[in-house]
Amino acid sequence: MKERVAEIRADFPILSREVNGSPLVYLDNAATSQTPQAVIDVIADYYSRYNANIHRGVHALSQEATDAYEKARKTIQAHFSAAHAHEVILTSGTTHSINIVASGYSTLLKAGDELLISALEHHSNIVPWQMLCQKTGAQLKVIPMLPDGTLDMEAFAHLLSERTQLVFVNQVSNALGTVNPIPTIIAQAHAVGAKVLVDGAQAAPHIATDVQVLDIDYYVTSAHKLCGPTGVGMLYGKTELLRALPPYQGGGEMIATVTFEKTIYADLPHKFEAGTPNIAGGIAFGAALDYMNGIGLEAIAAYEQELLQYATEQLKGIEGLRIFGEAPEKTAVISFLVGAIHPYDMGSILDKMGIAVRTGHHCAQPIMDFFQIPGTIRASFSFYNTFEEVDRLVAGVKKAQMMLE
Amino acid sequence: MSKIQDIQDEIVAEFSFFEDWMQRYEHMIELGKSLPLIQPKHKTEDNIIKGCQSKVWIHAALDKDQLVFTADSDAIITKGIIALLIRVFSHQPPAEILAADTSFIDEIGLKEHLSPTRANGLLSMIKQMKLYAIAFQTQLN
Repeated sequence: MKERVAEIRADFPILSREVNGSPLVYLDNAATSQTPQAVIDVIADYYSRYNANIHRGVHALSQEATDAYEKARKTIQAHFSAAHAHEVILTSGTTHSINIVASGYSTLLKAGDELLISALEHHSNIVPWQMLCQKTGAQLKVIPMLPDGTLDMEAFAHLLSERTQLVFVNQVSNALGTVNPIPTIIAQAHAVGAKVLVDGAQAAPHIATDVQVLDIDYYVTSAHKLCGPTGVGMLYGKTELLRALPPYQGGGEMIATVTFEKTIYADLPHKFEAGTPNIAGGIAFGAALDYMNGIGLEAIAAYEQELLQYATEQLKGIEGLRIFGEAPEKTAVISFLVGAIHPYDMGSILDKMGIAVRTGHHCAQPIMDFFQIPGTIRASFSFYNTFEEVDRLVAGVKKAQMMLE
Repeated sequence: MSKIQDIQDEIVAEFSFFEDWMQRYEHMIELGKSLPLIQPKHKTEDNIIKGCQSKVWIHAALDKDQLVFTADSDAIITKGIIALLIRVFSHQPPAEILAADTSFIDEIGLKEHLSPTRANGLLSMIKQMKLYAIAFQTQLN
């Protein structure tokens, strides 16, 4: 893999640009991944050759677009090993997917029911459930976090009960990179009859997930973390669960018959796909998975772990640098602070050197509150990053430290 | 030419000596150290400029017919930015503050901080200072 990185980088036009006079070092992959030419071409090709509305037209362009869109759904199905293509709902992204489930449960839950959520969640996986609890009278309980950034699994076991209807947990924490023990969480949740929604937004680019082997009830992720475009993502759900869930939005495409007295909803997946979807985005989502599978998720994960280990060692050599989240199992994400330097100051100086990192609370304020810090600097690596880029980050942090301390 | 404009020209001239971004930022960090600090009692939630990343407090008080600003931030570069704004706007009549443009920020190579999404909220700081000017102008009238 290390030998192939130069070749892989050539697939990404953006990686050869300069920022503020220096070659770009892109280390904000946990926010969004970059897009290879192959995926950009698919989007351009769609608009150049067969742009048409899908599922309804009898003309050739509409057929071609429908075929390409449905083929992408099958690619996504195969990638996550779903039993059926209709279990893959194409959405605008992870947040949309979560909201479909949360909104559906607002009719299924009653007062006294409980929802468990992990302390490691992104705001997008906290707010919809708070809204749901306000509507239904159900109670939201939090699985606490331990100082190393892992979940307190003992507390989790105690929180589970017959009242627990749903457990929501991210497969990987966006702020810390912690890989959560999904198989254990699912086994224990199922034992009390609770369903589990796994937020795979941060995990999908690094970990191959088989939703059937893991017995996942709902799985959500976004294409733009997987070398695909923004504005498209997926909701996987087991057939019987998705059938039981009421539709989220009303509109065209999600109906079978409409009269003014009664509307019969379309079957899966269309029940949840009201309106004209992001057609080019869906097709490109499939192309992005093809691209990543061409390299191989295992090779990607192994190389990223090497980068993570090297970067962790190098950064730890900097005086006063503290890393937040040191779970034994992590994806290539390093959240850190240097001395008393504000993350915003560090991020601004690194930006002047062409190094893109994220600073702030990473939409996970409860985690920052736990550590009693305003935020962190987060470097997140992808398979197209290099060891030289790690060196540039380390040199950049040292230079910024000299300026700011 | 207004006094505010004179100060802005002076800042632009000062920054024109710097050859690269590093010198500009080092200067800003220095400027941050001279920031007229807000009194602890004014460091309230109400006086925080809402931005995503660094905290900024700005307070204004009238001294005869002039507005005097004090401020603070938990980030050093942000402190430098406020110090520049205070140098331009503090000890000026509210009407002059309201009429002033802030094109000097562009000219000293800090344009990137002007983007509305920029987390330091430079635009919000300018807006807040102008809001103070409106409020005190009304009082003066």
